[in-house]
Amino acid sequence: MASYSTNEFRSGLKVMLDGDPCSILENEFVKPGKGQAFNRVKLRNLKNGRVWERTFKSGDSLEGADVMDRDMEYLYTDGEFWHFMMTDGSYEQHAADAKAVEGSLDWLKEQDVYTVTLYNGAVLSVSPPNFVELEVIETDPGLKGDTAQGGNKPATLSTGAVVRVPLFVNIGDVLKVDTRTGEYQNRVGK
Amino acid sequence: MKLSDWRPTVSLEAIKLRAELYHKIRGFFLQREVLEVDTAVLSSSATTDPNIESIQTVNPKLFLQTSPEFAMKRLLAIGSGPIFQIAKAFRNEEQGRRHSREFAMLEWYRPGLDYHELMDEVVELMQVVAGWKQIERITYRESFLRYLGIDPHCIDIAELTTLAKQQTGYQSSIDDKDALLDLLMSHVIEAQLGQDGLTFIYDYPASQCALAKVGLDQWGNPVARRFELYAKGVELANGYQELTDWREQERRFEQDNRIRRSRKLPELPIDKHLIAALQQGMPECSGVALGLDRLLMLMLGSGSLEEVI
Repeated sequence: MASYSTNEFRSGLKVMLDGDPCSILENEFVKPGKGQAFNRVKLRNLKNGRVWERTFKSGDSLEGADVMDRDMEYLYTDGEFWHFMMTDGSYEQHAADAKAVEGSLDWLKEQDVYTVTLYNGAVLSVSPPNFVELEVIETDPGLKGDTAQGGNKPATLSTGAVVRVPLFVNIGDVLKVDTRTGEYQNRVGK
Repeated sequence: MKLSDWRPTVSLEAIKLRAELYHKIRGFFLQREVLEVDTAVLSSSATTDPNIESIQTVNPKLFLQTSPEFAMKRLLAIGSGPIFQIAKAFRNEEQGRRHSREFAMLEWYRPGLDYHELMDEVVELMQVVAGWKQIERITYRESFLRYLGIDPHCIDIAELTTLAKQQTGYQSSIDDKDALLDLLMSHVIEAQLGQDGLTFIYDYPASQCALAKVGLDQWGNPVARRFELYAKGVELANGYQELTDWREQERRFEQDNRIRRSRKLPELPIDKHLIAALQQGMPECSGVALGLDRLLMLMLGSGSLEEVI
């Protein structure tokens, strides 16, 4: 893997730090007029999501991380692993463990496409698209005529996720949900 | 390249403010009978400062100035009297919110003034162009005592390393006291300076003297008669009670080149004209350089130099 010098640090660059793959969020060049130059860098640890702030001497370098984002279709789970398939026509399959799907379990629907982050060829994490469409499998009966304001209720979706929805929503409705906030957006035509 | 990329990053508002600022600066110095000069930007010699990288031209092989300092000092040596210049300076640095390879500098020299008297004039200029007032003038030592609880002159490298790691997340080891002090100054102290007006830091460790005279402070520490101006946490100006001793100047240039060699940086041709000018005699004076782009950035309340250059 190539190594990258501080002047190549860009937001999104994947590098190794303390043995973990990280993604650079910010890189600020700091230098007194008559003094030595440093780079103050913010990185996200891709293994645990934590944000690190580190300082490097300008010109120092970090090893690149073998991290790739790939579009993959979710196939099924066997209870231990979640199986995905490349959408590039190669039909190559990758298995993600519970830790890798932890944050997206609520939004996994078979045949939908997810961003799968591979680290040294293994699945590191799975990110859902910003919006997903899921069917309601359980909620209190909808109230006719109540199409806009006034209250909400919980609804369980086909993946098991529970979201707050307006009172008019019925079992069998397909909803658009924002995966970043877990909020209901609207009903979509069946 | 996107079609819209041809647009300058600078706003028309910033362009107008710059014109107004230059007009005020020229008026300020005209009134005080400080002569405006315009020296050459290209030179066959370069600054030897190991922390500054010059930009070199290809054919002929010359250097773009990193500041107009040497050329202006040669004018002082022929008896120019007080002089100022608004000049473009070039430094091959990484780009950033507060750094640009090309930037505008206001530099001026005052024969007969010591560095505290020059700080007074800097305050007067800032009052005229930006309406800012001085809040304090503290020594380098006081700034470290206040914000980090250490005396920068006495602390040893091991203690300093521990502190730098705690405060900045710096992990490698640096066997260079000034680098560690720079790290703490730029990462911890700077941001807290000049929050409600202008703060001067003065009397730097003698090892950071650059082109300033060196003396002793009241505790007997060797200090450089050098000052820096900060506003809203941004370093705006650097000034010296100027070194006039040609032997000492030559020794410092050679020392710079030795440091360059140890860091595997190219050694650079020493400005022999400057040495000769000092040998002939430059009047005792103080001089200061102020970053005009950063000043404009602060006056506009913007967060990046890109918006004013």
